[in-house]
Amino acid sequence: MVLNMLNVGKIEEGFVLDHIKAGKSLSIYEYLGLDKLDCTVAIIKNAKSNKMGKKDILKVECDPSLLNLNILGFIDHNITVNVIKKGDIQEKQILVLPTEITNVIKCKNPRCITSIEQELPHVFLLTDEAKSVYRCKYCEEKYEKFY
Amino acid sequence: MRHLMNPLDFTTQELEKLFDLASQIEANPQKFRHVCDGKKLATCFYEPSTRTRLSFESAMYNLGGNVLGFSDAASSSASKGESVSDTIRMISCYADICAIRHPKEGAPMVASSKAGIPVINAGDGGHQHPTQTLTDLLTIRSLKGRLQDFTIGLCGDLKFGRTVHSLINALIRYPNIHFIFISPEELKIPDYIREDVLDKNHIPYQEFIRLEDCMQDLDLLYMTRVQKERFFNEQEYIRLKDFYILDKEKMKLAKKDMLILHPLPRVNEISIEVDEDPRAVYFKQVQYGVYVRMALIMTLLELV
Repeated sequence: MVLNMLNVGKIEEGFVLDHIKAGKSLSIYEYLGLDKLDCTVAIIKNAKSNKMGKKDILKVECDPSLLNLNILGFIDHNITVNVIKKGDIQEKQILVLPTEITNVIKCKNPRCITSIEQELPHVFLLTDEAKSVYRCKYCEEKYEKFY
Repeated sequence: MRHLMNPLDFTTQELEKLFDLASQIEANPQKFRHVCDGKKLATCFYEPSTRTRLSFESAMYNLGGNVLGFSDAASSSASKGESVSDTIRMISCYADICAIRHPKEGAPMVASSKAGIPVINAGDGGHQHPTQTLTDLLTIRSLKGRLQDFTIGLCGDLKFGRTVHSLINALIRYPNIHFIFISPEELKIPDYIREDVLDKNHIPYQEFIRLEDCMQDLDLLYMTRVQKERFFNEQEYIRLKDFYILDKEKMKLAKKDMLILHPLPRVNEISIEVDEDPRAVYFKQVQYGVYVRMALIMTLLELV
């Protein structure tokens, strides 16, 4: 009998985000806006992984169309997105870098117009796909790092 | 409807047309005296500026138009907390075209997204100052006869100087431009210009600390002021402000046809004795600034 095994049940419809960098699942939870949805979410932290040593996993029971998963491409393109329907993996989504990100990250440039006009959306544009560089649409300040 | 936010908003072909128009204006200003009759330019300057605002106003008056606006944030509704978006919506009802200067970077872009009239970025913080770049390009084109095949030295504050960054971005689109950067260690060209602009486009450049070490190679020398307002530490500013002073002695090392440009205002980086040198063209540059703004206003108002 395995005493330290944690069982999280299968989900019928939703998605499983696998290969999240260990310790970062709560950030993903927040960036996807899962706190605003009335659905079942399982957050698994520090699961054993052959590939990564340790990893986090998020299981979300909801209509997959409710969430914009494109943002995951920006956050970490190594995350595996399994879309679940009728209890089985329906598809594995390939993550790409979104060309535009709105209200996910904030411009930190104190000279940017967004620093004084609070109602403006924080928009970042992909300016160099090869280097994954995003710049603020207004002041062109480079966004350095997500995590 | 078009706006001008960045000097790269216009292709080199579009710039050629704009500069051709500016040259026609220079050759025969009388012909353009009534082109903007009945039109109004709003100059919305949220921070003080002498040259740029007066240059825009002069340009519009030369075209027969009128000007309204404000010259600092304290005399605008911004002091009451009005947003740029709301101000430009209001200005759109009063004027046909707007030139906006704002200390916050990206403010003119916000204005252009809400405006019902063409918006010109007249400078936004340390970000862009496209009409200065157009002025620089027109000056070089008019006085050198070309926008290619030359070595340009950029001297002074290359770290914070937005005119320098904009000019580099604009010049790399022309063939065979060689850059020489002359600055103290603390004010060197930023990494993003080095990596994302120069290296990425395989543009050759050299860096020097002493002006005397490269003066003889230059076809153009673009001097800049060390800007006090970009320093958080006054002692650092005082230490660096007099690092370069271009004087008659240094000018002896320069080519006979080298041109000296400067976006102005100058503090003391160019000695007054150099003003008499025929190679000093920074005051002619001011005049070209008016011509290029006249051409720009006509182009954006579709009066060409």
